[in-house]
Amino acid sequence: MGKHKTPMLDELENGPWPSFVSDIKQQVEKGKHILKDAPDDLLGVLEMSYEDKVTHWKHGGIVGVFGYGGGIIGRYCDQPQQFPGVAHFHTVRVNQPSSKYYTTKFLRELCDLWDRHGSGLTNMHGSTGDIVFLGTTTDHLEPLFYDMTHELNQDLGGSGSNLRTPECCLGMSRCEFACYDSQEACHQMTNAYQEELHRPAFPYKFKFKFDACPNGCVASIARSDMSVIGTWRDDIRINQEAVKAYVGGELKPNAGAHSSRDWGKFDIIAEVINLCPTNCMCWDGSKLEINNAECVRCMHCLNVMPRALRIGEDRGASILFGAKAPILEGAQMSTLTVPFMKMEPPFDELKELIEKVWDWWMEEGKNRERLGELIQRKSMQEFLRVIELEPDPRMVDEPRSNPYIFWKEEEVEGGWTRDIEVYRTKHPR
Amino acid sequence: MPYDPSNPLQDRITDIGPKYFREFFPPVIEKNFGKWVYHEILEPGVLVHVAESGDEIYTVRVGGARLMSVELLREMAEIADKYCGGYLRFTTRNNIEFLVSDKAKVKPLVDDLKSRKFDGGSYKFPVGGTGSGITNIVHTQGWAHCHTPAIDASGVVKAVMDSLFDEFGSMRMPAPVRVSLACCLNMCGAVHCSDIAILGIHRKPPMIDGEWIDKLCELPLAIAACPTAAIKPAKTASGLKALEVNAERCMFCGNCYTMCAAMPLADEVGSGIAILVGGKLSNRISKPKFSKVVIPFIPNEPPRWPSTVDAVKKIVDVYAKDARKYERLGDWAERIGWERFFEKTEIPFTHHLIDDYRFAYTTWRQSTQFKF
Ligand code: HEM
Ligand code: HEM
Ligand code: HEM
Ligand code: HEM
Ligand code: SF4
Ligand code: SF4
Ligand code: SF4
Ligand code: SF4
Repeated sequence: MGKHKTPMLDELENGPWPSFVSDIKQQVEKGKHILKDAPDDLLGVLEMSYEDKVTHWKHGGIVGVFGYGGGIIGRYCDQPQQFPGVAHFHTVRVNQPSSKYYTTKFLRELCDLWDRHGSGLTNMHGSTGDIVFLGTTTDHLEPLFYDMTHELNQDLGGSGSNLRTPECCLGMSRCEFACYDSQEACHQMTNAYQEELHRPAFPYKFKFKFDACPNGCVASIARSDMSVIGTWRDDIRINQEAVKAYVGGELKPNAGAHSSRDWGKFDIIAEVINLCPTNCMCWDGSKLEINNAECVRCMHCLNVMPRALRIGEDRGASILFGAKAPILEGAQMSTLTVPFMKMEPPFDELKELIEKVWDWWMEEGKNRERLGELIQRKSMQEFLRVIELEPDPRMVDEPRSNPYIFWKEEEVEGGWTRDIEVYRTKHPR
Repeated sequence: MPYDPSNPLQDRITDIGPKYFREFFPPVIEKNFGKWVYHEILEPGVLVHVAESGDEIYTVRVGGARLMSVELLREMAEIADKYCGGYLRFTTRNNIEFLVSDKAKVKPLVDDLKSRKFDGGSYKFPVGGTGSGITNIVHTQGWAHCHTPAIDASGVVKAVMDSLFDEFGSMRMPAPVRVSLACCLNMCGAVHCSDIAILGIHRKPPMIDGEWIDKLCELPLAIAACPTAAIKPAKTASGLKALEVNAERCMFCGNCYTMCAAMPLADEVGSGIAILVGGKLSNRISKPKFSKVVIPFIPNEPPRWPSTVDAVKKIVDVYAKDARKYERLGDWAERIGWERFFEKTEIPFTHHLIDDYRFAYTTWRQSTQFKF
């Protein structure tokens, strides 16, 4: 049994959902990890926080490995005497494979590595995507990194004011909606920008995420400074026989996603035609028609009838910039910037765009200013100029309503230099 | 040769990045990559994907606590060896997916997963998280590892998932409900765009560690960190350089503490939970939406946070009963109007919910259209 009394945490062993407390306790008892006291003392300090209702981690902590400016989050307990096992409790971010497929062999190698150098506790995975090794001491960091690179051929992820670990949806590996290879794009961008990922050189953090369609299974539009979201620009492919099979009840709407409740018989008019946000669909009782020119590719009809409707064949991605959490200037989602770009390896056009954006932000961005805030401060127009894109009505939800319009001097005939005396010859004081 | 501390740069390998994902594909996935035709949810937690070639891959999705031990990871590896040829993956919401190529093994796998429990009695691998149900809660570090939280993460998530457990293993919501949690408003995760979001907030301004602040902090950085310009330079009684917080202007975001260790603000009774609802990030039917604050404060109540659990449950129940098929929580609230949302959920509307940050005006009602 553990060495600390944890009556409150013990309560969290009850109930059906997997209990992190039970799991940590099993690591205390069975684990072969080197930092013997760490899981036990983690429970101890967590119990203390449950009593005090305040965290017991000291502010900040700067640790790392030679050659890199990030990848490890330093952490020290503010009660080291009572909980020596977590006096140092640093987190190591390990760059996960695109969309998190593993073989058991590799998973075990990771476990063995972490047993030799840490607490035996992990986060699978951090919200940015990394495999998170939770809790080790400073003297283990270099040996851990050495073994990880030499034995596993595996690198750290990002932290600090740099490119963070990119992440993607599972894309073409197991989804019929994928409009480009989000995994390959994610992998290639991660490798192309290793320097930017490991050595902080930016005003603040920067994230890439890759969704292969507008369903957004990796939430790129909300959680990345650059969101690459797959789409198509030709027609939705319709299999009329399969549409009839949905109408006839042989196929389950939305692949059966609502099947635990009786929503009545599938009604194509109510569930598809009338919910289309642009009203561009039509069903006459035997044939489904889509006015594709008016479709905004919201995915609804494809999601409801995946066996009847398929994405088009002229595929690529939309690129949006600027999402961020509220600090400092308020939360933002990414703004549509490039409506359509082809997405074929080696993704040269995308790289060119990324580098233009970085050049500008690295030059103009203030300390700890996210890209989305810089665009707000300097204007969307300025952003478009530096990345050399023409303005397009697709980039706005609506045109401005205030008339406080800036004009460039060269746009106005005669320029701005005027002589009041000339004016006075026609308009006496 | 192991690492040599006397010569740290010898044999150093850097910039190799992640492993190539294709090394980890099951053969069926490798063969049918990019050639999937359709999928079906066979039952809660079980999917089948069918390729042009006619090949099938079955996926069994199980809940994960995200914070997990290597012992548990090894148990997953054992299961994946037995049923899945040694292949598994993790999802973007931290569930685990066992990938089965042999249809005959699906049922034995599901039965096996459902039978495994921790000593304390909770399921190790509950099957579910698909379709229109409630899947895993994306969450953060909390009191287990971070210095800026207002609440714990793992504990609150466990308490809420226990109460929503039946919805994880079924698909009877009008649309998927995404619940997320962040323990401070840095929002490491998806809190600002989730159907239901649990957010740690403070309600007391930071304290100033006057004797230390100039030694520990770059004072201009702390001043620049404040969204409401509540911080200005000051001197302590003993003449040291320090900072001063105008308490009237501070809204307790904690960003100054992120920048400056001498400005802690967490508090036993001051800190707690705000609930936001109505965000989404798919483009399905309606555009992505931010979540909106509907409950400004619930106290921290470890270990099971009963008031928070009740509030979430109540919102879920009312939504499930009232919303139309395919309607996300935010779509529903906007259709019926926020005044109806508060009436139906019986949540009191207080002054804290009216926006007063910068362009707040756009969130007030410039119209005579409202419901009594
Ligand atoms: C102070 C200590 C902090 C800790 C311990 C912390 C911890 C973390 C961790 C572990 C992750 C997941 C990382 C991964 O998967 O690799 C994360 C993600 C994130 N952090 Fe923090 N964080 C801190 C500060 C901040 C600050 C100051 C901000 C913003 C101002 C922030 C915003 C975020 C966001 C938005 C994400 C999620 C990004 C995504 O969804 O991909 N964090 N944080
Ligand atoms: C050179 C500057 C401006 C001129 C010559 C001008 C002229 C006029 C005229 C001729 C009207 C119609 C009056 C009527 O219906 O009898 C009007 C109405 C109005 N103006 Fe201006 N205006 C100017 C600037 C502004 C500015 C700067 C504002 C506000 C910022 C403004 C706000 C309004 C409003 C609110 C109305 C009433 C509109 C309504 O009846 O709905 N004006 N203005
Ligand atoms: C067959 C399986 C799946 C289907 C059909 C599916 C479908 C979708 C759809 C349609 C959305 C957007 C829903 C909406 O906003 O209306 C969505 C969102 C999302 N999906 Fe999936 N999904 C599946 C599996 C997964 C898995 C396995 C994961 C992660 C492990 C995942 C993660 C997400 C995330 C993170 C979002 C956005 C979540 C949010 O709104 O907070 N999905 N998915
Ligand atoms: C209404 C339709 C859909 C809904 C509501 C939905 C919902 C979700 C949800 C909730 C997840 C996260 C699951 C979790 O981790 O617990 C998810 C993930 C995922 N969905 Fe969907 N989904 C929908 C349609 C689809 C479709 C049609 C596909 C593919 C054809 C798909 C492919 C995926 C994939 C591949 C993931 C895993 C993403 C990852 O882990 O990286 N989804 N979906
Ligand atoms: S974002 Fe689209 S393509 Fe990617 S997994 Fe989700 S539904 Fe499939
Ligand atoms: S994808 Fe959306 S906009 Fe396009 S036809 Fe289908 S429902 Fe309508
Ligand atoms: S949300 Fe805040 S408290 Fe929680 S892990 Fe992120 S920075 Fe720390
Ligand atoms: S807590 Fe936030 S609002 Fe208050 S002084 Fe600090 S930075 Fe400013």
